[in-house]
Amino acid sequence: MLESLDAVTLARAQFAFTMSFHIIFPAFSIGLASFLAVLEGLWLWTGREVYLNLFNYWLKIFAVTFGMGVVSGIVMSYQFGSNWAAFSDKTGPVIGPLMAYEVLTAFFLEAGFLGVMLFGLKKVGKGLHFLATLMVALGTLISAFWILSANSWMQTPAGYAVNEAGQFIARDWWAVIFNPSFPYRLVHMVFAAYLTSAFVVGGVGAYHLLRNRMLPEARVMFSMAMWMAALVAPLQIVAGDLHGLNTLEHQPAKVMAMEGHYQSHLNGAPLILFGLPDQDAAKVDYAVEIPKLSSLILKHSLDAPLNGLDTVPREDWPPVPVVFWAFRIMVGLGVLMAGLGLVSLIARARGRLYDWPWLHRAGVAMGPAGFLAVLAGWFTTETGRQPFTVYGLLRTADSASPLDASAVAASLTAFVIVYFIVFGAGVVYLLRLMAAPPQSGEEGPSEDAPSHAAGITPATAMRSRPASPSLEAPS
Amino acid sequence: MTGATELATVWAFIIAFAVFAYVVMDGFDLGLGMLFPLFPKKADRDLMMNTVAPVWDGNETWLVLGGGALFAAFPLAYAVVMPALYTPIIAMLIGLIFRGVAFEFRARSRRQNGWDLAFAGGSLLAAVSQGIALGAILQGIVVDGRQYGGGWWDWLTPFSLLTGAALVAGYGLLGATWLILKTQGGLRERAYRLSQPLLIATLVAIVAVSLATPFLEAEYWRRWFAWPNIVLTAPVPIAVAAAALALWRSLAARRDTPPFFLALALFALGYAGLGISMWPYIVPRSITIWDAAAPANSQAFMLVGVAIMIPIILAYTGWAYWVFRGKVDPDAGYH
Repeated sequence: MLESLDAVTLARAQFAFTMSFHIIFPAFSIGLASFLAVLEGLWLWTGREVYLNLFNYWLKIFAVTFGMGVVSGIVMSYQFGSNWAAFSDKTGPVIGPLMAYEVLTAFFLEAGFLGVMLFGLKKVGKGLHFLATLMVALGTLISAFWILSANSWMQTPAGYAVNEAGQFIARDWWAVIFNPSFPYRLVHMVFAAYLTSAFVVGGVGAYHLLRNRMLPEARVMFSMAMWMAALVAPLQIVAGDLHGLNTLEHQPAKVMAMEGHYQSHLNGAPLILFGLPDQDAAKVDYAVEIPKLSSLILKHSLDAPLNGLDTVPREDWPPVPVVFWAFRIMVGLGVLMAGLGLVSLIARARGRLYDWPWLHRAGVAMGPAGFLAVLAGWFTTETGRQPFTVYGLLRTADSASPLDASAVAASLTAFVIVYFIVFGAGVVYLLRLMAAPPQSGEEGPSEDAPSHAAGITPATAMRSRPASPSLEAPS
Repeated sequence: MTGATELATVWAFIIAFAVFAYVVMDGFDLGLGMLFPLFPKKADRDLMMNTVAPVWDGNETWLVLGGGALFAAFPLAYAVVMPALYTPIIAMLIGLIFRGVAFEFRARSRRQNGWDLAFAGGSLLAAVSQGIALGAILQGIVVDGRQYGGGWWDWLTPFSLLTGAALVAGYGLLGATWLILKTQGGLRERAYRLSQPLLIATLVAIVAVSLATPFLEAEYWRRWFAWPNIVLTAPVPIAVAAAALALWRSLAARRDTPPFFLALALFALGYAGLGISMWPYIVPRSITIWDAAAPANSQAFMLVGVAIMIPIILAYTGWAYWVFRGKVDPDAGYH
């Protein structure tokens, strides 16, 4: 099996694997950082202890998540060079600066204020601590801005020229940064991150409501999460639709793959709900389709002609089955999320938000929905960009490093083993933290193990001693 | 194109600064991890971890800046060096993963020893890999057109193993002197006793690498020993000797703050020595900083960001260190 795989395929597998693991953590921490900022703001504003308890509860989860995001992210910043050297040489002058700006304006901001956010409440006071939380949350959003700009430039390159060394160079930085697909992708991803966190928070809240529906922290969590689901999930569907129309304009082959349209339809294209795309035969087997609906969605007209992949040279086709199925998983989950949001509104109106076990069970089941939708969405857009790294301009096959397949296979194996051990353990710890109910007088993250063993009752711990006692400086 | 030449020079110094900032900040943090096995008591280990827990994320961000800025400002060098250093880079990343997650995981796990081992082993692996990568760059990389042209094992030589060992000794010294700065009592006394052999090991390593380097390339030899260069290069080893002597005395006198900063001075001098050897090459003997430079408009665009952001970053990083300044108190947990 392995000897039949070439170095490029293995490098792609490695990128997909390490990236899929990585994206999980920022997708969660972007939303969670904003949630923490809101919780701390509510605590400072209302003085209600429930918000501080929730802040400290989720702060511990954030610390574990953020640490995993940092270490899996360092891998990404070196993998461009190690596995995709030709890509790095050619695109470095354009997307390198975008990533450098991400490091300068986002990564340092997050990392610099994280220590104070985690351990510094008693040292710097409430005001400065809130500032640190806000800076961390801001950092996650700025990071999304730059990395999505870089990714979008690879999808819809603009504002560039090519120099005599064959490198892309920027002609107009504004056009590079705000390339045609960037605004849509940024909005779609930030909504996705907020929804991902909302469904995790909602799932945890629902889990604890099933055990104790009087628990105030669980009620607040669940209620806040369901507001997000009810408000943001429908907005996300609108944003996704606009993003799709933008893709149709700039990357039509990707949309053809998403739709499973191997053939052109001159008189209204059907919407294929399900089917088995057969790339070799260029058709979708067992297709269940609704006539003309695809034309209606994409062109807002029942009889509008819609081109298929038969208008695209075969060597430029993306792998349709992956794109087709990933897209359906994403859309299906999006509809379920909006559905749960809607049901929660009805339950809220009837005053049953906190005592309807079936709603809570659905909330628990939907807890990981955001992660799956994010992964499916990224598989849709990245696989749909194939066979190019820079769409239409630089082929994936011409982007790789001059490495032996055995070298890439060895590093891929190492990453798979390490990631399953490390992030597997991390997920266990996260689930353990989430399974414990939030308490009155919840402690923040403390590296200080002796304090856990000191036998202080949780209820008084927060008030009677610093959040991280061992870090207290002599005054 | 004079503007472009100067821009590339400025960027070479910016990347050199980022890498040095990384070595200064993550060096003690990796060194402390490697010293973990010598401090078997859990309470000591908790304390050691607490001295770096609030700042390690920021420390490692300098490594991301080094890699990211190399990608952006010198894409050709990034594209040649990363495949050449494939194995040590992957090993470093895996080491950093294990040690990075250990900060949170060891507090969450029911079996702490596993993550203690991950912290120590990951720190050691990252340090050795960084040292080997440094040696592999110094000894030269085979370049073919705009790509790496060598084999998968080119990085592995006696010289690169020597630089790997040298960095382990040096980071160990930084870690031990950091503990002197941040702890007290028995833990600090152990750190003093460890610092002395680590200083000797570091000096042996510096001397060995310094003696071996000029023999790698005739050009290194000329640069250091030919007249009149020797007038300018001779102060470097003299300053190393002076710093080492001062460090030895401050350890013997059980001084608190100077050892860490003198150990940093040793690193700064060693780093300056590397700069003297390499300049103006970014891949020794094959690619100069000007060959590898991204177009001037890319470098200029980023320079705006660097000029604005680096002072701000240094300011809030300094603030974070200030907030967590002073000795870490082992008894505070029981109040």
